[in-house]
This record gives sequence, structure tokens and C-alpha cells, in this order.
Amino acid sequence: MILTTLEGVPGRRIVRHFGLVQGSTVRAKHVGRDLMASLQNLVGGELQGYTELLQEAREEATNRMIKDATRMGANAVVNVRFATSSVAQGAAELFAYGTAVVVE
Amino acid sequence: MDLETVVQVGLFIGLLILGLSAGSMIENQHFASLHNREQQSRHLSTVNFGCKHPLPDTVEAQMFIGSVVISSDYFKSTIGSLISLFGGRLTVFETLLERGRREAVLRMKEQAIAWGATQILNVRLETSELNKDGRNPITAIEVIAYGTGIR
Repeated sequence: MILTTLEGVPGRRIVRHFGLVQGSTVRAKHVGRDLMASLQNLVGGELQGYTELLQEAREEATNRMIKDATRMGANAVVNVRFATSSVAQGAAELFAYGTAVVVE
Repeated sequence: MDLETVVQVGLFIGLLILGLSAGSMIENQHFASLHNREQQSRHLSTVNFGCKHPLPDTVEAQMFIGSVVISSDYFKSTIGSLISLFGGRLTVFETLLERGRREAVLRMKEQAIAWGATQILNVRLETSELNKDGRNPITAIEVIAYGTGIR
């Protein structure tokens, strides 16, 4: 599966469009990580635990989008975008969407 | 003043000093590291336009994502909430956002360089606040940078 943030795949022609595909996941913060983060927050800098947590979550959202596209018979997802929104206290939704296409 | 108040005030001042000293040290180190790594990855052209004009001849394209969660220190958070009472420029948070954005872009570029990219196209930047509800005292933001590397 080819993913791009462009309106196509460079060097390849789009032969079929399947429309929008999306994937999302809702994650809550880990208590242990939260405690570490509060300590780290005193001195500032990167909160590595959170970076990883959100990275994993975004990967999962992307994988769900890819699964959606595979089911349709696509071999690429173009113009991929990411979005984040908070659903409830301490929980965030990570969202990925794009257009499923078939390229040569 | 009773003992409890003294301890609380002492702790507050102690944390402020810790935040100020360790926070600015970490920030300076981060800025130095950003500067060095930016020099090293300068050769890779990174643009935020997409397919609206002819693309160079390419064989492969792949999406790259760079992300970072970065937090403000105790001193800056405190000063920030003080300044926000009066409004105006919050310089203490400006550096936080700048560091986050530069770090995210660098991480994306470094992955693309490792893959052998010649250019990164249609780069998008996205910022979100981690502690929107203000339930705990963490002041942190997540920045992601993503784009399509071509080679």
C-alpha cells in the first residue's frame, strides 16, 4: 500500500478512485506515564512516553485506514491527512483519512 | 506564618528555581541540537506544495511522519499563567512551539534522508494541546509534521 500526501502517486497514473477511507482510534493516557510526565513537566523538554503513545496510536489509525482501503481493492491512499481531537477528559482521538485509489 | 505555609512557599520557590535553571539548560541544549541537525539535513528540500505543478521524475514515493510531545517547565508555566492575566505576548510559550515544530520537521526529514529521499513534498504541520481540559498541571503540546518523500 502506497501512502502519499499528494494528489496522486508521483510517476504513476491513477486508474480508479474509490473515495474517502478513514481510520481512527481513541486513546486514554496511561497513569504511570502521566506520573512520569508530571515530573518531567517541572523541568520541561520532550515527554518521550507521550510521544511514543501518540505515535503508536497514529500508526493504529493509519493501519485501520489501510485496511479499509485494502477491502475496497485499492493499492494506494493519496492525499492523506491527520487530525487530533479530544473526546472526553484525558482521552484523545487520532484520525487519519485519505482517498483510496488504484494506480498503475 | 505557620510551618505548613513556609513549606508550601519554599516548595513553590524551589520548583520555580528548578524549572528556571534546569528548564533553560534543557532548552539551550535542545536549540543547539536543533541547529546542528538542521545544518546536517539542509540539503533535503522540503516544500509544502503538492501536485499542482509538474513533479520531478521519480520512481518511488513514501509518506513520512515526524512527531514530538514537548512540555513547558514549571517556571514558564507559572510566568505564562501570570502574564495571561494581563494579556499580551506570551514569549515563554513561543519558544515551546518553535522547538516542537522544528523538532517534528527534523524527525520527518531525518527519516526521509535515511530512506534516500531527494525531496519532501506537500508537508503539513499539525499542533494539538495535550491537556485541553486542564485537569492536570501538565502544559504540553504535540506537533506532527508529515509529507511525501520522493526518490
